[in-house]
Amino acid sequence: MSTSLPSVEDHRKMHVVVVGHVDHGKSTFVGRLLNDTDSLPNGKIEQVRKNCAIEGMEFEYAFLLDALIEEQEQNITIDTTRIFFRTKKRAYAIIDAPGHKEFLKNMVTGAASASAALLLIDAKEGVMDQSRRHAFLLSLLGVKQLVVLVNKMDLVDHSESTYQKIVVEYSAFLKTLGLNAVHFIPIAAKHGENVVERAAKMPWWKGPTVTEALDNFAHEDDLTGLPLRLPVSDIYRFDHRRIIAGRVEAGAIRPGDELIFQPGGRRSTVRTFEDWPGPESRSVVGTGGSASVTLSEQIFVERGQVAAHPNNQPRVGREFRARIFWLGKEPLVPNKSYRLRLLTQNVEAVIAKIEKITDASTLESKEGSSVPRDSICEVIVRATRNIAFDLHSECPITGRFALEEGGRIHGGGIILDAVTQSSAPSGKVTATERNARAGHPPAVIWFTGLSGSGKSTIAEAVERRLFDASRNVIRVDGDDLRVSLNRDLGFSAADRSESVRRASAVAGLFAGTGHITLVTLIAPLAADRAKARAALANHAFIEVFVDAPLDVCESRDVKGLYAKARRGEIAEFTGISSPYEAPESPEVHIKTDKTSTEEAVDLVLGAIDKVLQGKCEDWEV
Amino acid sequence: MSRNAQNDHLTRLEQTSIHVFREAFANFRSVCMPWSMGKDSNVLIWLARKAFCGKIPFPLLHIDTTYEFPEMYEFREKAKVIHGIDLIVRVNEDAIRRGIGYSTHDPVTVTHELKTVPFKAAIDEFKWDALVTGIRRDEDPTRAKERWFSPRSAEGNWDYKDQPPEFWGQFASTAPEGGHVRVQPLLEWTELDIWEYIRRENIPNPTLYFARNGKRFRSLGCHPITHPVDSPASNIDEVIEELKLTKTSERAGRAQDHVGRNSMQELRAKGFM
Repeated sequence: MSTSLPSVEDHRKMHVVVVGHVDHGKSTFVGRLLNDTDSLPNGKIEQVRKNCAIEGMEFEYAFLLDALIEEQEQNITIDTTRIFFRTKKRAYAIIDAPGHKEFLKNMVTGAASASAALLLIDAKEGVMDQSRRHAFLLSLLGVKQLVVLVNKMDLVDHSESTYQKIVVEYSAFLKTLGLNAVHFIPIAAKHGENVVERAAKMPWWKGPTVTEALDNFAHEDDLTGLPLRLPVSDIYRFDHRRIIAGRVEAGAIRPGDELIFQPGGRRSTVRTFEDWPGPESRSVVGTGGSASVTLSEQIFVERGQVAAHPNNQPRVGREFRARIFWLGKEPLVPNKSYRLRLLTQNVEAVIAKIEKITDASTLESKEGSSVPRDSICEVIVRATRNIAFDLHSECPITGRFALEEGGRIHGGGIILDAVTQSSAPSGKVTATERNARAGHPPAVIWFTGLSGSGKSTIAEAVERRLFDASRNVIRVDGDDLRVSLNRDLGFSAADRSESVRRASAVAGLFAGTGHITLVTLIAPLAADRAKARAALANHAFIEVFVDAPLDVCESRDVKGLYAKARRGEIAEFTGISSPYEAPESPEVHIKTDKTSTEEAVDLVLGAIDKVLQGKCEDWEV
Repeated sequence: MSRNAQNDHLTRLEQTSIHVFREAFANFRSVCMPWSMGKDSNVLIWLARKAFCGKIPFPLLHIDTTYEFPEMYEFREKAKVIHGIDLIVRVNEDAIRRGIGYSTHDPVTVTHELKTVPFKAAIDEFKWDALVTGIRRDEDPTRAKERWFSPRSAEGNWDYKDQPPEFWGQFASTAPEGGHVRVQPLLEWTELDIWEYIRRENIPNPTLYFARNGKRFRSLGCHPITHPVDSPASNIDEVIEELKLTKTSERAGRAQDHVGRNSMQELRAKGFM
């Protein structure tokens, strides 16, 4: 084993991906590695030998890994497998990635989490398509530490000249990718030669064995020295605290730091870290750490935004040039809508232009109007609204993204350059464009409840908070409508229905212009409210039930209406002489006799947050 | 045992698991965490409380086979209070009425009837679209192929031949129509990591894991089919020392895994954890 290294144990597990052309011996190599480092559970090898005997097959080390039936039948590894082993130096998770062409996505899954790679080349077959393709992907995925294993040396009589020929040919290829193999190790995995033990049959090899080479790898670069990038994962309001939750992807964050949230550009200061179980919290959270941040100044923050220090911010824009790998069954085509996922940002995007498509084997480029599965290409990506990002060369973790369609990831890429806004669009102004300008989609928030329950008070406070957060917001108030648009209407059931219909039509117009529209209207009948919801089905709709007992509303009686109704001066007054049908399942249910206005506003804003991210949950206090 | 060391192996695992929890909660409409009361499950509770700053914002589910060790029921009630758990308990009463049990049926049938069937029924009842599981890649070869976020069909089936790609911290964000996504925050942990973390954080666990009369349980399931292993390890330090040396597989004491050559795969393809 590693003789030259001190026996200092490294407590961090290293992830190593194993790649190479199909049938160049990856599974056999990994099986042998596990066996020779004494990392197999007791009885495992006997169990596999027994199973082989039962099925009349010759035992192979590859079977140790190929635990699923199908693999054994087809003799290929169908998915990435993580296998743990350790040397005296440290623990490893080895990722056995598939070599078969159609399972490229699994290779990507495996290689993206690795800090080093082992690439196998069959000494007899030599450099093949996938030997080149996999190296290209490693360079695209940012795996820089590479050792090439020239395998099956036993089949070429352990010939140094055959080995040298492969070294010369493949080194030249790697150079064109900007990659450099740390070693080319001649091995015969089947017989364990130069895997852990030195091979007596290759006395000419003076370099390390595979485990010696692995132990010399360094962990992936620590990104703590880079500028802070803290993408917002969520905002928690489980109790009185409002906690911004996220993982520090680069840099470090401390209490007292001024933060700027992009896109949007609003600023605040880190007040505390809410670490559980406490009582003390961390004084700094570095790269990879989960942060639970409260802010000194309450600003509108939402999932997807990236917190940074004001003196070192990410770029904000809608368009960039990227190198993409595409794994989708359907080809990647321009002007089709995809979801662009970058950290916690998830926005609609199109491929504005395909610049070139690269053959991953020959690295030759050509033009094309669509990108078939398993290709690499350079494209212009255009998002429908601003996102925060970095160039991959500046900060790898904020400079890469995934493309999703129908809830499934089909590709990924790295950002090469930012592109400044190109040609002006023409024709009808679309909802997408309006949303892009507003920075958020519209929504209708319908506050229903008895007169005096607190609808307007809460709606006004919500409007203030949204307005201060630069949201397009407007309030449609039932009392205002009554003296204007609805002044021909009284309090009869029919007139009430008509007033709800008119209010929903007005709300629809405002929402159509991209506004978050707050409607405050008693709307006592469930059937009328259901009609309003249906009429506004094109928009996110949140029903807020502002709920207070009648006696509480009556005791408030701000406008003196209850007194008038009790005196019989208003006929059919809701709650007194006309029914109020409480909503059965409002999105938000606020009991104003038990909840402060501030808490109520947080609840409504929480529901709006959710809806603007395409989801809505029930909130009740 | 420095809690601040960011590069510490356990802290890295912990922080990654917290990230997985948070992404699941942000992405899915309705999350639930099945709870076996075993050590991995209890570590999950701890990680969830860290992820959500003290309070677990979704319910836990215990599928009670009625064959739990008595100590586990006591532990359940205690832990419920300690962690402030919103607990849902489900039993397949129908199967028990039909006389399904270990004295009359094989372990695969009983596990299916008393675990998988009520588990699926609970999913249908509550319409969860994300379930947090405690499975680890080092437990079993079929689990080594798992993803952080693993979609399951409406029938609960795992399409292990066509799993979504997963890279750069981007996970499958949508459950299949009528199905759900298994969220697996402990995927990268090993059995040894679990115990070292339990020791570091002082996480409550059943004492069945510690040796009495030279035997202890390494993995806990239904009592008729869960056998203790020979071990003198009577406290957490001794368990950790033992694990550093052992080469016996963790689930060796779990009978349902070993009935046929591919019994674990059959169970898992049908919806078993």
